[in-house]
Amino acid sequence: METEESEKIHRSPVELMAIVEALIFVAEEPVTSKLLGEVLEEEKGAIDAAVEQLQQDYEARDAGLQIREIAGGWQMATRTELHEDVRKFLKTRPSAKLSLASLETLAVIAYKQPVTVPEILEIRGVQSASAIKTLLDKRLIIARGRKEAVGRPMMYGTSKDFLLQFGLKDLSELPSIEDFEDLVT
Amino acid sequence: MDQEVEQFTFDFYNEKAQILGGSSEDLKIKLGDFAGPLDLLLFLIKQEQANIFDIPIARITEKYLEYIRLMKRLDIAVAADFLVMAATLIEIKSKMLLPRDPKAEGEDDEFEDPRKELVDRLLEYEKFKSAAGMLYERSTIEQAIFTRGPIDSDDNNAEINATVFDILTVFQKVVARHKEDIKMEIEREEISLADMIKNLTRRLHEQKELSLLTVFEEMRSKRELVTAFIAVLEIVRTEGVKLMQRKTFGDIVLKVS
Repeated sequence: METEESEKIHRSPVELMAIVEALIFVAEEPVTSKLLGEVLEEEKGAIDAAVEQLQQDYEARDAGLQIREIAGGWQMATRTELHEDVRKFLKTRPSAKLSLASLETLAVIAYKQPVTVPEILEIRGVQSASAIKTLLDKRLIIARGRKEAVGRPMMYGTSKDFLLQFGLKDLSELPSIEDFEDLVT
Repeated sequence: MDQEVEQFTFDFYNEKAQILGGSSEDLKIKLGDFAGPLDLLLFLIKQEQANIFDIPIARITEKYLEYIRLMKRLDIAVAADFLVMAATLIEIKSKMLLPRDPKAEGEDDEFEDPRKELVDRLLEYEKFKSAAGMLYERSTIEQAIFTRGPIDSDDNNAEINATVFDILTVFQKVVARHKEDIKMEIEREEISLADMIKNLTRRLHEQKELSLLTVFEEMRSKRELVTAFIAVLEIVRTEGVKLMQRKTFGDIVLKVS
């Protein structure tokens, strides 16, 4: 394809949809419209339109696959409802979950990032050292430099893996922390 | 001790900790893992069906301490953070018992409820506890979605692009390099006890005095050291030399008498 670099390839929307589908399929990680646009030498708008059309097609025929937006890119995956049969075939079970302490710590980090250990302690009222270690080991959080405060404590934030494992497009997709206030009584 | 015990399988909704009531004689409990003192406190407030904005502090403190005592009785290490909270509760309770300063009367609006800070913390904490529940649900849903496994590509499966002759060339190079390796043989230097005695005696007669510390430090192996030690004992026994120590724990000197 590199030999054709000089002259712009004209693809019909259907052709573009096909090649976008193929690339999203082979991509190891969620792939961005920007990257697809660069590789295919197409406008980002055209790529977005192609992906959207693909998504609609998949939905329209109740396909076993879906194209979803996650961690800032597009990903092809099985449809949620089919999980039982997929698991049966793969012979897998839902993997180990995080402990309550780790989940709480992760929630504080997700909403307050970048946040230091003492700030997490302040909110949770309990030492979170082992939870932080677990989260670091699982690559759900990453160190984000040090805070210019006494002792220069390490600051933590969520990682791309966090978005992937919790099915988020980006952090703004998290419901506002104030929304949880209503539940409090 | 002040760290949480990490638990990797946890069902957010089914494994909630709870105390299944009972009298002090017959206490039935299901000890789960309270995520922290605030979590325990929220649980107790709910159990007592109390209003979070008007916590019956005496009753809640009592329940809280009961739980801490229970943990201790069951030999569960009580995390320091739980004790800090106990102290906070007792402090609030005592503040509430104190009569209000009569001089401050008329300034009712400015009177701060001693519970306020705790309530604020509880409310703040509960938001994050709910957020943790949301994350739990999201991860559960996410685990029901599967992406395809890795595809064989050059990156994750580097293939060898080589002919038999390439391999042969490399093999010859390896063989050639192997030949060039200089073989070094290390001989074990061994000194016999007789030689050591002779050696030490000669030095002793030349120098009249010999520091044992210096002698032992010269030895290069454990074996030599042992030989030297036996040699010294032998010299002292047979040659009529004296061992002298000038001060307690000081160096020992071998001296011709």
